[in-house]
Amino acid sequence: MSKTAAAIDAAKAQGRSAFIGYLPAGYPDKDTSIAAAIALVENGADVLEIGIPYSDPVMDGPVIQQATTAVLQRGFRIDEVFEIVEAVTDATGAAVLVMTYYNIIDRMGADEFARRLAAAGGAGAITPDLIPDEADDWIAATEKYGLDRVFLSAPTSTPQRVARIAELSRGFVYGVSLMGVTGTRDAVSDVAESVVKAAKGAGAERVCVGLGVSTRAHVEEIGAYADGVIVGTALVAALRDGGAAAVGRLAAELSGRP
Amino acid sequence: MTQNQFREAEGPYFGDYGGRWMPESLVAALDEVERVFREAKADPEFVDEFQRLCRDYTGRPSLLTEVPRFAAEAGSARIFLKREDLNHTGSHKINNVLGQALIAKRLGKTRLIAETGAGQHGVATATAAALMGMECVVYMGAEDTRRQALNVARMRLLGADVVPVEHGAKTLKDAINEALRDWVATVENTHYVLGTVAGPHPFPEMVRWFHQVIGEEARAQILQQEGRLPDAVVACVGGGSNALGIFHAFLDDEDVALYGFEAGGEGLESGRHASAITLGRSGVLHGARSYLMQDEDGQTVDSHSISAGLDYPSVGPEHAYLADAGRVSYEPVTDVECMNAFERLCRTEGIIPAIESAHALAGATRLARSWGAEGEDRIIIVSLSGRGDKDVATAAEWFKLLPGQENDPARTVAGDEDENAGQAPETGVQS
Repeated sequence: MSKTAAAIDAAKAQGRSAFIGYLPAGYPDKDTSIAAAIALVENGADVLEIGIPYSDPVMDGPVIQQATTAVLQRGFRIDEVFEIVEAVTDATGAAVLVMTYYNIIDRMGADEFARRLAAAGGAGAITPDLIPDEADDWIAATEKYGLDRVFLSAPTSTPQRVARIAELSRGFVYGVSLMGVTGTRDAVSDVAESVVKAAKGAGAERVCVGLGVSTRAHVEEIGAYADGVIVGTALVAALRDGGAAAVGRLAAELSGRP
Repeated sequence: MTQNQFREAEGPYFGDYGGRWMPESLVAALDEVERVFREAKADPEFVDEFQRLCRDYTGRPSLLTEVPRFAAEAGSARIFLKREDLNHTGSHKINNVLGQALIAKRLGKTRLIAETGAGQHGVATATAAALMGMECVVYMGAEDTRRQALNVARMRLLGADVVPVEHGAKTLKDAINEALRDWVATVENTHYVLGTVAGPHPFPEMVRWFHQVIGEEARAQILQQEGRLPDAVVACVGGGSNALGIFHAFLDDEDVALYGFEAGGEGLESGRHASAITLGRSGVLHGARSYLMQDEDGQTVDSHSISAGLDYPSVGPEHAYLADAGRVSYEPVTDVECMNAFERLCRTEGIIPAIESAHALAGATRLARSWGAEGEDRIIIVSLSGRGDKDVATAAEWFKLLPGQENDPARTVAGDEDENAGQAPETGVQS
């Protein structure tokens, strides 16, 4: 079974939605990023997303852009991602997904990327600029190595597209809560619930919601109808301002731990 | 080669290239643009409106001018320039912008956004927005806003909001990233006027279609003026819109050789260039699979060119396809070769070209010289895609024409102690 799906189901068995946290690989340095990811799991995250820094992150707002640009400027190389995934998986046993723009996978070759990710213990990948129409290579590679592949479903996706996204995703469907890029918002858009309903109606077993989610109130609101809630920018800002300890504190707050 | 092998190519794929490597959030908008574009180009009313604007606003058809004094120094071939520099706003960019602005109206969009490098596409988009009463926001790398301050003022005069982009390398590719971020959030009322034959389907096909008029006119003009087709058609290639525009009418004329000249910057060995086809490899950026300048990890490599308009690390997917198919030859032209041709056109013909277009002039020179005496009576058509008014500051710096610089006549007359200072400035023909 999908490692990510198992983690989401385990949360559901406890009567809650899963909490999924994002952090950029290697930010601000390799050791701190590993420590922050571990702190995230120890304080309530069920699934981790490790973002791979990329030169042209069109779906990211300023906070994540600044973090990943800083990582690239210090000479980050792709091997570091697999080392981080392995270290965090070994330390926590959590389902660790990478979040990556597709050219990173394409350059290495989908098969080789999937092979290395699986060898590092990774659960799979979220690919924000890969739509099912272009995903033949990636689908074949993830099938071969038993990895999860998470496609995004948007408020503007047609029913036919949602059906295809639901059919081809493995682990969960990433429901985009609003039309825009990553970043904190004051309120959760009310289209998020309709995105979840559309994906569920199209046969998706698990739908998690991200973009603009930053507070415990958001998590509770979305958790009422989604299988999981994804937080990124707020955690990256915490890491930037207060290191791994701040990530742990925010994770505890977001996950509703005392 | 079979009849119409290349001219009939439509998106989303050109061979292995093209497609839609884009966030799902934008797919519905791309589908809508594709549907409306296909309806529009089959609608005589739309085609009439577009042609009327091209004629009465842009000033089409643009001239085809023979440049014998320029050609004389390049060998024995005859050289003709397709004068897109004479279009309103000063380059070929207006063709595509007027077409897309009409598409935006059909889509019911009230706001146009665009990226720009040197500013030509931004100025053209701001112009179309003013003409059609639409809101306009132009994203421009912060580096480029400083280098092209006058174009920033031009766009603002036309009523556009110019947003300097401070992320990444602060140049054209980062402006595209920022325009895409805007579009994801505003797609309900906004059309993204992509300025070249790159990006996700249907942009490569649609932008080419609006520029095809360049080659259609040039082909008819040379037949009318000389009674035969040219031996070669040459153009500069950044994203590649003027090149596809002029090539397209000739793609299935087997005996017409086609050449695209990429920015070789300071030389390929220097690493500071923008020769995506010559040295890049297949990858995905800004929605399309194409040749891409990237490192071993798949990170985009910063490009370099003296010409901001060619300073882009990828190229339109149809060019990648035409390169692999062997129909078009792509070669790099360095900053030095380009500026020598730039100066030669100024001095021999009284035409100041855009630095982008000067890459094509340098390429034509190289081609004519390679023919030697055999080139006599052969005809080359060069796409003169833009005029050089915007480049006067860059050229002045390159040739040291400003007060206080080494070739400043005032300084020479004042009697510099250096004996060589009294000699004529060496800015003559060097290529």
